[in-house]
Amino acid sequence: MSTVPRFWRHIPQRYNLVGTHCKNCDEYYFPPRTICPTCRRAARMEDHKFRGEGEVVTFTTIYNATDDFKRQTPYNLAIIELSEGPRLTGQVICSPSEIEIGMRVRPVFRILGKDGDRGIIYYGTKFVPAGGPI
Amino acid sequence: MRSVSIIGAGCTKFGERWDDSLRDLVVETGIMALEDASVSGEEIDGLYVGNMSGGRFVEQEHIGALISDCAGLSRLHVPSTRVEAACASGGLALRQGVLAVASGYSDVVIAAGVEKMTDVTGGVAADALAAAADREWECFFGATFPALYAMIARLHMHRYGTTREELAEVAVKNHHNGCSNPISQYQVEITIDEVLRSPLVADPLRVLDCSPITDGAAAVVLAPTEEAKKYSDGPVRILAAAQASDTLALHDRRDITTLDASVFAARKAFSQAGLAPGDVDLAEVHDAFTIGEIVAIEDLGFVEKGKGGRAVSDGLTSIGGEIPVNTSGGLKACGHPVGATGIKQAYEMVLQLRGEAGKRQVEGAQVGLTHNVGGCGGTAIVHIMSR
Repeated sequence: MSTVPRFWRHIPQRYNLVGTHCKNCDEYYFPPRTICPTCRRAARMEDHKFRGEGEVVTFTTIYNATDDFKRQTPYNLAIIELSEGPRLTGQVICSPSEIEIGMRVRPVFRILGKDGDRGIIYYGTKFVPAGGPI
Repeated sequence: MRSVSIIGAGCTKFGERWDDSLRDLVVETGIMALEDASVSGEEIDGLYVGNMSGGRFVEQEHIGALISDCAGLSRLHVPSTRVEAACASGGLALRQGVLAVASGYSDVVIAAGVEKMTDVTGGVAADALAAAADREWECFFGATFPALYAMIARLHMHRYGTTREELAEVAVKNHHNGCSNPISQYQVEITIDEVLRSPLVADPLRVLDCSPITDGAAAVVLAPTEEAKKYSDGPVRILAAAQASDTLALHDRRDITTLDASVFAARKAFSQAGLAPGDVDLAEVHDAFTIGEIVAIEDLGFVEKGKGGRAVSDGLTSIGGEIPVNTSGGLKACGHPVGATGIKQAYEMVLQLRGEAGKRQVEGAQVGLTHNVGGCGGTAIVHIMSR
């Protein structure tokens, strides 16, 4: 998928959902932004760790994936609105028949992919139904 | 700013062109466009080519110089520029060409588009296309291009009651139109039932909801309108060339079921042309996926938000309907060589406005609109043209 530095630099965001918050307009951003699109030059950005609880805005179940994700099919992919407001794209671990719009989810730490048997293992955040097992 | 017209157009047969390279396709379409424009070559003082990913598809960058070289223009040292906006690269090339002529900086310009996609396997092609989405925050988590449009479709169905059958109607209509287009990749009718029985790609989208992997190239020749008659008996005037951007990632959009880039590009285009959606006789829109056409006709202002699915099944967008959409067969049936698509849309419009579209001719077509989208709405380009 990529080189070590490319993955390494995003570890705080992908492992712990660290995004940003603009102190000027009080808007939250995940994925993190350097420039607030509302305030632009007036922005005052700080890091913010999101709790990761949220709601499914829309979703799909992928049956035909790129080579990197082929072995995982079928898997659910959703746009999730975090409680603090921002939206992100992530996988939801549950049966395709279980996922629905409006479903509450919470984050779990999981392997996202591997570069073969000896390459990098990519960890990050996936989501599960809020009431489900860990 | 000067008024600009298309004085010639060409387009290769779209499909799996295993015997032809990117270079072959460019030369084939270039000759067609120049012949159509009655231009010999010396007049050309600018070249713009849309190409999404020569690097990934044929391991070739520097496409600008390459196509000027292949087109036999190397000794004229004509400036040649490759532009990229994913699937909107062709539309972008056209708009850059229009700006060059309108500004007076150039007089006769070729705007072309090309993509050679079948030199790689399906998995590599899917990954190359996924690069139009947000690599770090969408694809990294397993997003594919069909998956992003599937999420648009899911929410559109949930919110507006758009049905699975209405999505299928888009594919059925566009395959029907493709049957009377000699350059179309697919010239075979399909039924709603066949769409609904085709394998799932990203639920609710199935194989027959998706545009195919295609090789192809298209080119148009542009000149100032006041000189257009010198070259062509049927010049087509560009009334508007508008472009807009939005967030790269779908999750960051104001509304998941609206491509705001399309809304803004259309608004600008209609204001440039001094026209309204009701003045348009036909449109070529970006139906990379069936839901794309439904959302497009809403965002361009042809129908109200949420009514796009119904409009298609009511026949509003069929040939003979109020606003025929994708008479060429669209991306769905005619094929989607990504960098070429925006120019192919202009090519179809030139044929329609000249009255040369054969069996799929829209009677009395005077004003046409083309709509080309990059990614799932990070870029949108709208052109309006007339006879």
